[in-house]
This record gives sequence, C-alpha cells and structure tokens, in this order.
Amino acid sequence: MALKRRELLSSTIAAVFAVTTAACATTVTGALPWTASAADPPKPVTPGGWLYFTPEEAGVVEVFVDHLIPPDPKTPGARDAGVAVYIDRQLAGPYGSSAGLYMRPPFADGSPQQGAQSALTPAARYRVALAALDQHCRQRFAGKSYRDIPADQQVDLIRQMEKGSLVLANANARAFFEVILKNTQEGFFADPIYGGNRDMVGWKMIGFPGAIYDYRDWVGRHNERYPNPPVGIGGSTI
Amino acid sequence: MARILPATDVVVIGLGWTGSILAHEMCEAGLRVVAIERGPWRDTATDFPTTYAQDELRYHIRHDLFLRPAQETVTMRNNTSQNALPMRTWGSFMPPNGVGGGGVHWNGQTWRFLPSDFRLRSHLTERYGAKAIPEDMTIQDWGVTYEELEPHYDRFEYLCGTSGKAGNLAGKTQPGGNPFEGARSREYPTPPQQQPYAPTLFAKAALEAGCHPFPQPSSNLSQPYTNTLGMKLGPCTYCGFCEWFGCGNYSKASPQTTVLPSLVRKLNFEARTQCEVIRINKDASGKQATGVTYVDTAGEEWEQPADLVILCAFQMFNVRLLLESGIGKPYDPATNEGVIGRNFSYQTTSGVDAFFENKNFNPFVASGAVGMIIDDYNGDNFDHSGLGFVGGGYMGAGMTNGRPIEGLRTPPGTPAWGADWKRAVTDNYPSSYGFAAHGSCYSYRGNAMDLDPTYIDRFGRKLLRMTFDFHDNELKMSQYLTDRLAEIVQKMGPKQVVKHPRTGPYNSSVYQTTHLCGGAVMGTDPKTSALNRYLQSWDVSNLFVMGATAFPQNAGYNPTNTVGALAYWAAQAIRTQYLKNPGPLVPV
Repeated sequence: MALKRRELLSSTIAAVFAVTTAACATTVTGALPWTASAADPPKPVTPGGWLYFTPEEAGVVEVFVDHLIPPDPKTPGARDAGVAVYIDRQLAGPYGSSAGLYMRPPFADGSPQQGAQSALTPAARYRVALAALDQHCRQRFAGKSYRDIPADQQVDLIRQMEKGSLVLANANARAFFEVILKNTQEGFFADPIYGGNRDMVGWKMIGFPGAIYDYRDWVGRHNERYPNPPVGIGGSTI
Repeated sequence: MARILPATDVVVIGLGWTGSILAHEMCEAGLRVVAIERGPWRDTATDFPTTYAQDELRYHIRHDLFLRPAQETVTMRNNTSQNALPMRTWGSFMPPNGVGGGGVHWNGQTWRFLPSDFRLRSHLTERYGAKAIPEDMTIQDWGVTYEELEPHYDRFEYLCGTSGKAGNLAGKTQPGGNPFEGARSREYPTPPQQQPYAPTLFAKAALEAGCHPFPQPSSNLSQPYTNTLGMKLGPCTYCGFCEWFGCGNYSKASPQTTVLPSLVRKLNFEARTQCEVIRINKDASGKQATGVTYVDTAGEEWEQPADLVILCAFQMFNVRLLLESGIGKPYDPATNEGVIGRNFSYQTTSGVDAFFENKNFNPFVASGAVGMIIDDYNGDNFDHSGLGFVGGGYMGAGMTNGRPIEGLRTPPGTPAWGADWKRAVTDNYPSSYGFAAHGSCYSYRGNAMDLDPTYIDRFGRKLLRMTFDFHDNELKMSQYLTDRLAEIVQKMGPKQVVKHPRTGPYNSSVYQTTHLCGGAVMGTDPKTSALNRYLQSWDVSNLFVMGATAFPQNAGYNPTNTVGALAYWAAQAIRTQYLKNPGPLVPV
C-alpha cells in the first residue's frame, strides 16, 4: 500500500503534539525505560489577560456563566470561581481546536445516536455564537449588549437557548448552550490549576475533598461526614 | 517501500494485557519476541504518579490516556439502512492506547463467566428448547469449557492478586462468596476489600430480599501482595480514581504492576513503541503469515518478518487488521456467511439512582471494584420460563468514585442549571447513590463490523464500521434486571428511586462501557468462527488472535478475567502443542 507521505507526516506531528512531548518511536529492551524528571505533570494556567476571548466576549461569558451557577450566601457563582478564565484557557488550548479528534470530512448530519458531527471547533463555536448573541441583543434591546440588558432578560434568553426556541443568525443556540453549560460545570469542579474552582469553592460546596490520596481510615466509618478540607493537585490546601 | 528488518521468532501486535502475557510466555519458551505498540511507553512513576493522577479533567473529561480519534476511530450506525458516521470523539466506549492498554485504566472488576456461558446455545436449547432462541440471535458455544479454562482463570487471578471470597471451592458452596459461580480450585489470592457504607446497606437489603450478596472480585488489592512473577503490589487506598485513570499506588493490577518489569528484563524481548502495525503480511499461499508491516513516527514503513504473529490489539482494531490484511472471509449479514466482523456484541448496562435522607456515603471513599453484588439474576442462574428473554447480569452497589464533573445526581425535575440546580447538587452529593446492573449482550445477525466505504484514517486506509443496536431480548432483560434491582434498593429506605433501564436505540455518544466483544470469534466450525478453540486463525495457522474479539457473545460480566484466562489458555497451547509441531491445532 502506498502511503501519502506528506499527509502522514503532518497528521502524525499534530497528533503527537497533542499527546505528549516524547514524540519518537522508541525501542525498549533489557530494562524499564527511565529518564530522570521524565514525568508529564499538568500545566497550571498562566495568570494575566484573556488568551482567547476578546474583552467584550469575556464580559458576556462572565455574565452568562454566573446565571448557570449563580452566587449564593455560602458559595460564589461561576464568575467569581474563575469559570470564564477556565473556559478561556481551554479554548486557547488543545480542547479549543479539537486537537486529537477525528475532524476529516465529509461532515454530515446524523442521528442523535451517532454523536456530534460538526466541523466547528469549540473555540469557533463560542466565537460564532457569542457574535450572533450580541447581534440578536443589539437588534432586540435597542443597541444593548447581552451584558447590559436586565438580568431577568439575560436568564430568559438562556432558557430559550436551552429549549431550542431561540434562533440566532449563523449559530446553533441550543448547541452553544450545551457546550457552555458543560464547560461551566467543568470549570466549577475541575482542579483549581485549570483556572476555575477558585479556592476549591466547588469542592467545598458539595464536600468533595479533591486529590486526597489515602482514605483507608474512612472506609469503615459509615455514615460519618469526612471532615478534612479539600486538597488540589497543585498541592495547596485551604 | 518498507525496509525489511531481521526476522524474529514472534511478533506481538499491541502491548496491553494480552500482549504482555503472551510476550512473557513466549520469552519463557525461549523465543525471541518483538512487541509493536502504537502508543507510548507508560509507567506508574512517570505517567500517573499519586501527585497528579487524580485529575478528573485531564484523564476523564479530556481522555488523556486514550487513543486519539484523529489517529484512528470507527464509524457507527444502528442498522444497515443508515449511513455510518465517524465517532469524532469517544462516547459509549473508550479505546485504549499505549503500553498497558486498557489494563492501565480499568476498574479492576475481575469476574469469571459461568460454566453455562461457554456452552450457551447448547445450554439454552437443553433447558428451554430451540424455540427460546430468537431466529436472528447468532449465539454459539465457545469450543472451550469452563473446566478447561479454570486453571487459566486461576493463573490470571494470581498474577493480579485479585481480592475476593470464593463461593464454590471444588464444588462445595462457601459462605460469603458467590454461590452461583463455577467451581474454583482454590481461594482468591487476597481477601475481599473492606466495604464502605452503601454496599454494606445494599448487602443487608439483598439478603432480606432472599438474594445472595458477596463482595465483588477486585484487582484493587485489599492487602500487599507479591505475585507469581515476583512483582509487589500495595494495598488500595480508596482514592476513587480507577477507571479512566492510572493507579499511582501500585494497588491496581495492570501490565505495569504485574508483568512488564519481569518482561523487559528478558534479553529475548524487545518492545517498539509509537509504531503502528498497518498490515499482517502473508506468503503466496495466503495460509501463512510472514510478519507485519508497521509505520514509525517519522512515517517510515518497516517490515518485521516473524515465524509466529500474535494479534493483541483492542477488539475493534483486531477486527480491522484482519480485514485490512485479507485474513478470513469478511462477514456478510445478508447471507449470514463469512467470519470476520461476525457476532459483534457489547454489554447491556442499566442503573437505579436513589436519593436518601440522613445518610452520608462519602462517595469519594471509593475503589473501582469495591462493592457488594448479587448474581441471582445473571446468566441462567434464574428460571427464564415465561420471561420472554434469555440472559442476565450481576447487579449491586459498587463504589467507584465521587468525582464531581462526571456525574452529580439530582432528583427528576431538577433544572439543569441555576440556583435550584446548585442547591440540589449540594444537598444530594453525599446522600444519593447510583446502583448498577451489568447485563449480557448476545450476538445477532444484524450486529456486525466491516470496512467503511467513505471515511479514512491518517494513512488513507478505510476506517472500521460498526453496525449495532440493542435487540428486544436485551431491552426486556434490562427492564427485568433494573426492576429487580430497584426492589432491593427500595428496601434500603430511600425517599426516591429512579430506574434507568437500557433503552434503544444504542447511543454511541453516551458512555456505557468499553466491553466490545466478538468480530473474530472462537468456535468449533470454521464457517461460523474465525478462530479455533485455541484462538488460532482457521485460515492462517501461525496467527493467534487474543482478547474479547474471540467472545461469540458477551456474558453479564466484565470481560478482563476471561480475556486473561483465554490468553493463558492460548499460550499453553502454543507452548505445549504448536511449537512442537507448527500447524493447525484443530484439523479443518
């Protein structure tokens, strides 16, 4: 079989970069392969400004996610938990560009059982949907952006997106709602090194202790609430 | 053109559970073995240390340890009237990648199939008559019996150090174990794991219901263990990150913790990682394999000649390589002829969610395979007369994890977001529980695998196409199992019980389990099986194919222990029969 070498090279390199820094075919014989400091720890998010969102987009996302997980007297909402930062960093990284996913054409609509078939990457979906939402709001609310309309109308628009009744020009509002809801819950409950779940507020809210390594003393303590504060893989405890 | 490498005795394709076991066995037999693995080398200290293994986002949500669909995926349709479309991201199952394969990120549930499972068609015909088996159900006997496999189950369990309680020792029922299981020659290597609160409550309720609860056999070990190859495993610490994750603690049996350190010390073993086998080569007669062709990360093609080829990739990739290599007649559902792609099956899982008051389960104090289970409704352990289905499954209270992104249970009617959602999540996290039923999935004429006519991989090769749906038999069974499970859960006194029986059509985008089975099954007749009873290809006698690929249908259990037992069974046949006299071990 003749391989298309050029295509193979480019797709292999893309896949390898998405996976790991060790990219070469390796021969192992005689002993377990071992290189000092060869581990592949997670990379904490970098502080600073938005990496993917424009300031305007970020402002809308902060308002939007704070309706999905609103603040209450005990626990901050998604905005103060850093969820918009989490989503921004995810969209700027491999997730945002669908790295590692099967993105070859043809793209055809299938049944729900066949899974998502869109050619849109998550990053592109946010960009397109946020622009369409902005356009919709400015037309309907006298030139105002989503972030500037009253909160009850912001919530009402989310409800319409959830129901699939909101029609946006050039964007699938329902699909955007699904992805931002999923990303918001990820950001609220993922390890804080990814930018959300700030001060482990999501974990403290439900009582999840995070990256605790050893619960052996607690297996037999039935119906007793585990008392210790959460720990992140970044190492800090609150 | 591929460059030709010096010949070796054995080439092993894929270095997961079966590849590691077969490579080790062949090295012990004195053969030179080259294992070719398309993923990276992985080890505990470098790839999933306890300092960051517990990362739900990276490993579960972003699938870090799994095969990238960009490298290879599968197309899917529910029936032949649809156009199959590619799984662009993984959903209902998670194909592994890299050294250790699925053994890195399994839960550790280590079940034996029932004696009747191995002679399913014969057994059901004897008990209920041939009419009890639907016309399009293509279930078969395996060609191997439980009694023949027992020493090999034992060997895999003692490799893993599996924690459990025997229910049947040499035919004598043992208190505290599974009374329905086939006879064991000896106890489990280690005692059962300690049970958390919810499994303990479930066991009490199951006993009240007249059932027979017992601890789930677990390869997350209850105590330190030195295995049959001298590898040392530590006790499980219940960190709650098993399935989807590597174990940082050397507590979960995997190729890394049980085989590889011994294997790599053998001077007649060599592994080549990040190299993808694209074809098994045949000689001019088409009846002998001459080795394999693979591609390295630079895009170079290499030919590795070998006397013996052992195919040890994941189920669907075994099937695809056989089709790509032109080995065995492709299956045609229209005529029910051919063997490659035939009898593709899965698993029929379902669940019961329960919401309690004044209970705290600490759901994060967990382990992939800890739990209390009943087997009263598995296989043919109960009378199916008048039920309208065959098959069954185990059910009970596992305690796999309390990871928050994966699944926060809320009572029906709770909004998906907003203040009410937040309150419901907070209230129900410690006090709700998901019980599971793990049902069989029998094989059918319409459920099959072949090559897709449209979609290609990065090499321009056709993707595998799966055509699969749940049939009425499985859906009826799932309803029945879920109802029985809910009756027991109800005895635990919850304020609300929600049943989730499996419903059709099969949805490839919702995670269920990675137990894909069949496609190149073992059996006694070359017309209806691709492999003989020793997992040897009927068509190419120096090719053996490992894994759940060989299951003619799936039983109501997790497959790994049976995959391990079959690997040792085949290895023994190769060592004691094939090497002395290479050729078909069963006359065609």
